[in-house]
Amino acid sequence: MGKLFAVVVAIIALVSAAIFALHIWWLPPDISAHGVRIDRQLSETMVSSGILFVLAQLALALFVWQASGTTRGIKTFPGGATPMVVLALVLVGAEILVLTFVGSKVWASIYQTPPDPNSLQIEVQAEQFAFYFRYAGADGKFGAMHPELMNDANENFFGLDPANDSTARDDIVVGSLTIPVNHPILLQLHAKDVNHAFYVPELRIQQDFVPGMVIPLHFTATKTGKYEIVCTQLCGLGHYNMRAYVEVLPQDQFDQWLKVKAAQQ
Amino acid sequence: MTSAVHHHAAPRGFLRTHVFSVDHKVIGRQYLDLALVAVVTGMVLSWLMRLHLAWPETPIPGLGKLSPNGAAGGVITPEYYLSLMTMHGTIMVFFVLTTAPFAGFGNYFLPIQIGAEDMAFPRINMMSFWVTLVAFLVLISAFFVSDGPALSGWTAYAPLSAVGKDAGPGQGTGQTLWAVSIALFCVAQLLGSLNFIVTTLDLRAKGMSLARMPLSTWAWFITAVIGLIAFAVLMPACILLLLDRLAGTSFFIPAGLVISDRLQPHSGGSPLLWQHLFWFFGHPEVYIAILPGFGIISHVLPAFARKPLLGPRVFIVCLIAIAFLSYTVWGHHMFLSGMNPFSATLFSVPTLIITIPATIVTLLWIGTVYGAKLRLATPALFCLGFISVFVSGGISGFFLAQPSIDTYLHGTYFVVGHFHFVMGVAAMFGIFAGIYFWFPKMFGRMMSETLGKWHFWLTFIGVYGVFMPMHFIGLAGNVRRYAAFTDDYLKPLVPVHKFMTIAALLTGAAQLIFLFNLIRSRIRGARATDNPWQATTLEWSTASPPPFDNFGGRPPVVARGPQEYGASGAAGGDGGSDDYVMQAAPDR
Repeated sequence: MGKLFAVVVAIIALVSAAIFALHIWWLPPDISAHGVRIDRQLSETMVSSGILFVLAQLALALFVWQASGTTRGIKTFPGGATPMVVLALVLVGAEILVLTFVGSKVWASIYQTPPDPNSLQIEVQAEQFAFYFRYAGADGKFGAMHPELMNDANENFFGLDPANDSTARDDIVVGSLTIPVNHPILLQLHAKDVNHAFYVPELRIQQDFVPGMVIPLHFTATKTGKYEIVCTQLCGLGHYNMRAYVEVLPQDQFDQWLKVKAAQQ
Repeated sequence: MTSAVHHHAAPRGFLRTHVFSVDHKVIGRQYLDLALVAVVTGMVLSWLMRLHLAWPETPIPGLGKLSPNGAAGGVITPEYYLSLMTMHGTIMVFFVLTTAPFAGFGNYFLPIQIGAEDMAFPRINMMSFWVTLVAFLVLISAFFVSDGPALSGWTAYAPLSAVGKDAGPGQGTGQTLWAVSIALFCVAQLLGSLNFIVTTLDLRAKGMSLARMPLSTWAWFITAVIGLIAFAVLMPACILLLLDRLAGTSFFIPAGLVISDRLQPHSGGSPLLWQHLFWFFGHPEVYIAILPGFGIISHVLPAFARKPLLGPRVFIVCLIAIAFLSYTVWGHHMFLSGMNPFSATLFSVPTLIITIPATIVTLLWIGTVYGAKLRLATPALFCLGFISVFVSGGISGFFLAQPSIDTYLHGTYFVVGHFHFVMGVAAMFGIFAGIYFWFPKMFGRMMSETLGKWHFWLTFIGVYGVFMPMHFIGLAGNVRRYAAFTDDYLKPLVPVHKFMTIAALLTGAAQLIFLFNLIRSRIRGARATDNPWQATTLEWSTASPPPFDNFGGRPPVVARGPQEYGASGAAGGDGGSDDYVMQAAPDR
């Protein structure tokens, strides 16, 4: 029975590790400027913790194999508990130090650095169960948001007041995100009703929307194409269906798109 | 040592003996019975969820009749899916993983293991069980209200949970019942924790110094200390949530919310406040669920390895370190919540540091197996299985503790796989090890070893089939809490979901073997001796089952430590029946 346990544990550990190592299921290709560092951090964590995972499972398997059906007397682990404490402190401690120092730099580059001053600023409104995006229009200014004017039936998703607010008149409001490639983007996240989240796996970015807060999120997309934005914060019955698209265009095509949208206002 | 001795007379009559009993053993069994009902309920809910995720359009036979609103014609609606998920999580975390290993086994065995006649406060003990039962009934009653149970998850994030029925079905009465239930549960746990702490400190038998306490008792004691702080935060949080819902306050609701085109009459609250309060409880709760398992494994494994746990004092120090650190890590659930990103690093470091005591404990178990004379009865198999799944679940914590990787993995199935392994499956394996180990003591009969082994193998392989693939699809970006996978990039992952569903159904079916064994052994199991496993602690020095006052009027006197197995025992580790010395054996 013990030998069977050892074999089963070894098989489970090796097959699981192989599936991770062979990237049978893996992250979609990265399309962001910062993503390469996240991917590297993830790969390094995968290798170091993968080794710990396999070693721990195989050690368990080996010891169970040796200890089952034995006729010898019991043996204490050489050195007692001390080598275990030292091993954990050194191995895991080293891993923690590396992960923390490297990892916090990656985190800081995404979330703790100010956005590029030349960023294209886009406002995002999340609501049950849709995202809306707003561009400032020709005047470069966003009209103020008035919660009392927010109304889906009138398609006033941002609560704009164009009658009294001249900066709101040329704001462009659309249901999908269109951005230029290789240009820094700054999103300002607003939530109209409950918590939501902005997640684009290819962009390696995820951020909650929180009612009452405006949360900045900046990134640069490096590949053109169309990708899905999904909500990852439970927001109600339509949560699974809350999505939009982000379309990354060459700069000239983006300028053209913006011009067409501005003309439609 | 015994500064207070607790006596009360044996009860008379059926009600006082079996229902409204103040006997800690009856209360412990009541908690375990409640957890059994809860775990069956929670598991059935998970089957429904898994069936729906794999075959969303296929009607589930009979479900349409049981739940005409949520699953008309047997097809689960998206909102009903979320309700099932909310109830599954809430039932499992609170009424199974907290109730069984801590309140259940702890109540039954902590007093016996320290040589006491009962808990320090038997009436409060009885009250804590009955309040827990009421909390469970209140939670379950949400299935029978018109718009169904809450759908905001076991974490009940505000404002979704705070604004009332405008936020969707289930967010009316169902969510109110959820908050009432959890507040009541907190009251019960606070009473229970207090009782555990006082009992451990005050009612130990002569000679039972802290250093001689069994490691399971240490784990329950430390868990009680964690619980006393954690539930004391969640209870007021639930009351504030109820006030927001019912009394028009705005603790968790900011100004300017527009729901269903209606401007909400609230201002000044903070949704993040709820998250901070919830996770200040929620992360220690993970340890409330798993530390009793640590204790059970460290108590049971040596009895089957025929040698003491490697480094028992190191183990206790690690438990205390984990308890302390558990209060410094809650923000790792909130890296992407909109909290100040600078604090992410602050929460990341202790989260990574807490892996050090957890790793040491794991290595102590593995080191205990080294050079053992393993007796592979079912409790031992579940101990070994526990170590394996705990390693698997713990390792993935390295990823999620790093904010930069959490940026990608947060909100995916990687997280679901992680916490199911580390606090769900591992804790369940601890519970199973405890049941197979202590059943003979509790009922005076042995459980079937053959059925136990079948149960172990099918469960062990099954849980890997269910939860390991969640890590794979999480890496591929598969988001959690989705009632269906309609996104283009998620559709290729549906076959993996079908595989996990089949694995979950098979693993669930294997639990029927356990249930059958449990019931059959109660009635027809072979008679158990007082000490069938040749174990050393005080519960094995008394009759199976123990008499009303635990030791038949002869309080034990403790002369030695809890794990005198093998070489340190009488015969020097020859593997015979005399390779152990009991704690209550007279001094040499």
